Amino acid sequence: MTKAEIIDAVYERVGGFSKKEAAELVDDIFDIAKETLAAGEKIKVSGFGNFVIRAKSERMGRNPQTGDPIPITARKVLTFKPSQILKALLNPARVQADLDGSGSGSAPS
Amino acid sequence: MTKSELIEALAERNHFTKTRAEQVVNCVFDTMIHALEKGEGIEIRGFGSFTVRNYKSYGGRNPRTGEAVKVPEKRLPFFKVGKELRDLVNEGPKAKRDDDSVDIATWSAAPPAPDKS
Repeated sequence: MTKAEIIDAVYERVGGFSKKEAAELVDDIFDIAKETLAAGEKIKVSGFGNFVIRAKSERMGRNPQTGDPIPITARKVLTFKPSQILKALLNPARVQADLDGSGSGSAPS
Repeated sequence: MTKSELIEALAERNHFTKTRAEQVVNCVFDTMIHALEKGEGIEIRGFGSFTVRNYKSYGGRNPRTGEAVKVPEKRLPFFKVGKELRDLVNEGPKAKRDDDSVDIATWSAAPPAPDKS
């Protein structure tokens, strides 16, 4: 799926916007998300997941070609933690098994 | 930022009601969730891509009791950050640098590695 298909969905399912407006709105959403993350703030979308910035400290790595050790500088990376709801949607059979008993009880987050 | 703050920001930017913005934001995430449910990946250029990864069943342990448990096979969404956003996150918002601002000292010491994303 590409952004174009998301735009189509907004155009068809929300209604009241032109294609161009729908495209601008979808762009706005990802722009707002990008600006927020660039400012170091996390984003929590209930039912979907959280985008979190993690600070990694410097560590030693290796050049995979030569085996030479090289430092990997400290950096900030973005990670996505899917919500329990999204995980459950991708695993309908598993959710059923949990309900049936054994229940390894996934902690709410 | 939560989803409702995202909705507010979108409403403000476009001068329309929160209700309207909420419909748009919900539609976007619902559409994405639906794609992932079908096992379909999503690619948003400049932002990143989502894929669904299949994990086989494996033996694990309950970390509290140490008891061996079988972890059943599962599907998990996986997000890979796009290059543009990765750089934005790492350098901060002001880092939309113009090329003149390259620090000559660092440049000569270590020329930037070629991109391989």
